[in-house]
Amino acid sequence: MVAKFELSDDSVVVVIGTGAGGGVLSNELAQKGVKVVALEAGGRYLPEDYINDEWESFGQLAWTDPRTTSGDWRVAKDFSGLPAWIVKAVGGTTTHWAGASIRFQDHEWKALTNYGKVEGANLLDWPIDGAEMAPWYEKAETKLGVTRTGDRAGLPGNNNYKVFEKGALALGYKEVHTGRMAINSADYDGRMACQQTGFCFQGCKWGAKWSAAYTDIPAGEATGNLEVRDHAHVARIVHDDAGKVAGVEYFDKDGNLQLQKARVVCVAGNSFESPRLLLNSASTMFPDGLANSSGMVGKNYMRHTTGSVYAVFDKPVRMWRGTTMAGIIQDEARLDPSRGFVGGYELETLSLGLPFMAAFLNPGGWGRSFTTALDSYENMAGMWIVGEDMPQETNRVTLSETKDKWGLPVANVNFTDHANDVAMRNHAYARGQAIYEAVGATRTFPTPPYPSTHNLGTNRMSENAADGVCNKHGQTHDIANLFISDGSQFTTGAAENPTLTIVALAIRQADHIANELSAGNL
Amino acid sequence: MTRMDRTGLTRRALLGRAIASGALAVIGTGFIAAKDAAWALEVTHITADEMAALLQMARDIYPHDHVADQYYAVAVKGYDAEDKKQMVAEGVAALNAAAVAAGHASYAAIGWEEDRVKVLQSLQDTPFFQTVRGGLVTGLYNQKEVWPLFGYEGESFSKGGYIERGFNDINWL
Repeated sequence: MVAKFELSDDSVVVVIGTGAGGGVLSNELAQKGVKVVALEAGGRYLPEDYINDEWESFGQLAWTDPRTTSGDWRVAKDFSGLPAWIVKAVGGTTTHWAGASIRFQDHEWKALTNYGKVEGANLLDWPIDGAEMAPWYEKAETKLGVTRTGDRAGLPGNNNYKVFEKGALALGYKEVHTGRMAINSADYDGRMACQQTGFCFQGCKWGAKWSAAYTDIPAGEATGNLEVRDHAHVARIVHDDAGKVAGVEYFDKDGNLQLQKARVVCVAGNSFESPRLLLNSASTMFPDGLANSSGMVGKNYMRHTTGSVYAVFDKPVRMWRGTTMAGIIQDEARLDPSRGFVGGYELETLSLGLPFMAAFLNPGGWGRSFTTALDSYENMAGMWIVGEDMPQETNRVTLSETKDKWGLPVANVNFTDHANDVAMRNHAYARGQAIYEAVGATRTFPTPPYPSTHNLGTNRMSENAADGVCNKHGQTHDIANLFISDGSQFTTGAAENPTLTIVALAIRQADHIANELSAGNL
Repeated sequence: MTRMDRTGLTRRALLGRAIASGALAVIGTGFIAAKDAAWALEVTHITADEMAALLQMARDIYPHDHVADQYYAVAVKGYDAEDKKQMVAEGVAALNAAAVAAGHASYAAIGWEEDRVKVLQSLQDTPFFQTVRGGLVTGLYNQKEVWPLFGYEGESFSKGGYIERGFNDINWL
């Protein structure tokens, strides 16, 4: 039975966003008997709705509301209105994500301590560590059915993986496998096994990939404690005279402004929308925006040091067949400053269909240098670089001059690579090219970063209130009943795809909020 | 309205086949056809010469020798529209002016791709060039009919994915 709560019900927890953070948090709270209203800006789409067509799916799922960009990153030039490729739908970007689910390495929780001070960077240690997170990671892996964890087998390698693996082994890499993936290698949790269809980024039509859209959301609704309101675009979080948050104003599906009262508010709109919302919620009492006494709301935006390497061979690969990202080399994820940078990076298989390859291989490129690459599309293999980027205060989300259709200032995303990011990317390009050359590549392509999918850090977690926005539970330092529940709470980005960590933090936060509610502390 | 006739069996398309002398033939007013009459394109808002220039431009920006003109024609036919005709007229005029400045009769009359590309490079930062180039990224490569020419197989869900259809069939490693 799906719950329905009154707008005036001030006993509910309001969760803003239903992705890896908000979707999981909503369900976990509902399972514990906490009453939750989840507000989601997008619509509802299920596997039968997903489309195995890159542009059509993009039109269906992507967040294409206006955003603006600035800074030296190439995305600001090539995709100025699209700084991120993330999803606006119930389940958020868990519909689009590739499924790669790897834990942070222990040293990455303490970047400042282990890397030392890096000039121009704003490194900080997380107020939590690997030991604290281990049990929550295990719960997250069980929830997501992550392969190669528990007793779950790995996925089989597809053509793209086989090329990648052979090159990696030829170069002496040791930690090479088909990944720890939230994609079923066998039936699990009522969902079927991967059918090697490709189109993981367009929503899994088999439901073999974990997505909150068809797991946590319906599970939460089934408890009778969760009401998900879709097409609910949040405008502002409001507070009372004591400075505690008291409700959330949103535009409903008919464009009418509503006020949902709340006992607790959890912000999980991703690293652009979450700080934008806090900044747009400025008031007389909080003129710089909510939870912003540190001035850190919106700052330290991280997007992982990314890039791709594609290569063509003299014979077909057909990389698009099968799981999009089931392949990883982890050897370069280690901390080894002798390479010329701190932090590490993962190399993961990746493929794009022809339409997206044309758009992303070399944005703006034209002529025979470009088209002869596409002529060999069938003979192409591909990998993605995911590395730790440096938090910088100047890489930040601010309110733009541009307004959305509700008249709200949109997020401007300013980003410029740190020298460490550039050194890491160049190292990774060279290794990626060498991997493919070891298998006989006739030509390789160090491909620039796409619009970001890993958006992190804009409401970061810190031990001291002066250094960040929230504490080790995601609770904001300034406002006790306001929580950050998405990747924006990341203190640093580590080298790993962030979803597993976002989910683990959400499960842990639900436990904390439920305990605090029971104890009467919230 | 623009009309695309892939069968090329209209009277005018057949006429086009009879008299065409280049890769593309501009035939009379408002009509352009392929030499082999595989397709024909009627224009109503822009001139046939302008459409011919756009087609050549599309080929020069994203040249794929194994992709026939008809697919490029599909990608640019949207420029034959009332709200595009001024942009096209000015853009093609600039293209021709640059060609003339380089000693050619017109852009489309330049024999070697290399020489046409030089003309395009001189204009590549203009809004006209960037609009045409950007439009081609989806206009050309998002045509389902083009995908098989690159070996791309498109959706596979309806066929049960590749689990039994070669997801790991690579045999040359």
